[in-house]
Amino acid sequence: MDHDQRSALSRRVTSLESLLVQRGVVKTAELDGIVDRFVEKVGAGNGGKVVARAWVDDDFRDRLLADAGAAVEELGLGQAFGFLAHRHFVVLANTPQLHNLVVCTLCSCYPSALLGPPPNWYKSDAYRARAVRDPRGVLREFGVRLNDDVEIRVWDSTAETRYMVLPLRPTGTDDLSEQELVGLVTREALVGTAVVPTPGNPPAQRRAASNLESNPSASP
Amino acid sequence: MTRALFNPGDQVRARRSDPEGHTRLPRYTRGCTGVVQTVQGVHAVPDERALGVDDPGREPVYTVLFRSQDLWAADDFGVCVDLWERYLEGA
Repeated sequence: MDHDQRSALSRRVTSLESLLVQRGVVKTAELDGIVDRFVEKVGAGNGGKVVARAWVDDDFRDRLLADAGAAVEELGLGQAFGFLAHRHFVVLANTPQLHNLVVCTLCSCYPSALLGPPPNWYKSDAYRARAVRDPRGVLREFGVRLNDDVEIRVWDSTAETRYMVLPLRPTGTDDLSEQELVGLVTREALVGTAVVPTPGNPPAQRRAASNLESNPSASP
Repeated sequence: MTRALFNPGDQVRARRSDPEGHTRLPRYTRGCTGVVQTVQGVHAVPDERALGVDDPGREPVYTVLFRSQDLWAADDFGVCVDLWERYLEGA
């Protein structure tokens, strides 16, 4: 989408918003509250909190994998989750034998209620088309090198369920606090386009991610 | 329709339909066979919701695991797709 199209869309949204407010369908304060919630209360940091707790607490991990929506409420993330709570939320555990990758080939479905809006590359045609066709190639470009014996499972979010990945806990982190572990979890790791590296040993993933991000045709 | 026609472990085939309107049946799965993993519950059918009808049909949604060999005749990985019951037939 080029700049003019974006401005046209922006004007259309603004006009629509004024009309809805004028006719009393919504109140400005309600809209501000929703935007505020997206900016302040949701984001990849929430995913980091969920993952770190699952790494340090096996019982929480079990509950998370059984009913992720209820488990995130335990961490006080219920409000962030709140207004999309009708969505089913499923967390997929990576193991040494299984790597999960999340995509939405039809649009850009993403666990936004917890993690905020998806990154631009997640919405790009290239990612959406190739994740289900050549996931190993996509992962390589993100800097993720998996052994040949690791099964890859792609999750296409085509219906009401939203998926998040529980990445493997990196080796050499036994001495880290839960809070320190939160800081290791990247947004990419939460959809499977990254693994969480051992601290001090970062993977070469940023270049591929930023290439996709800077693609001007990437935003729908 | 609310009672699930398929159960986990069942082989199903994504229908070869080509509807004129909106659908959430991805084209790359059409005609391909997979295995039901879970039944997700009953949800309004998006093909009818998109028409703005007052009372869209509600059907079970299934997570179906396809193999890349069946989707693309290539590689070796799995793709899970969430599909409404009307998109599927027994295989």
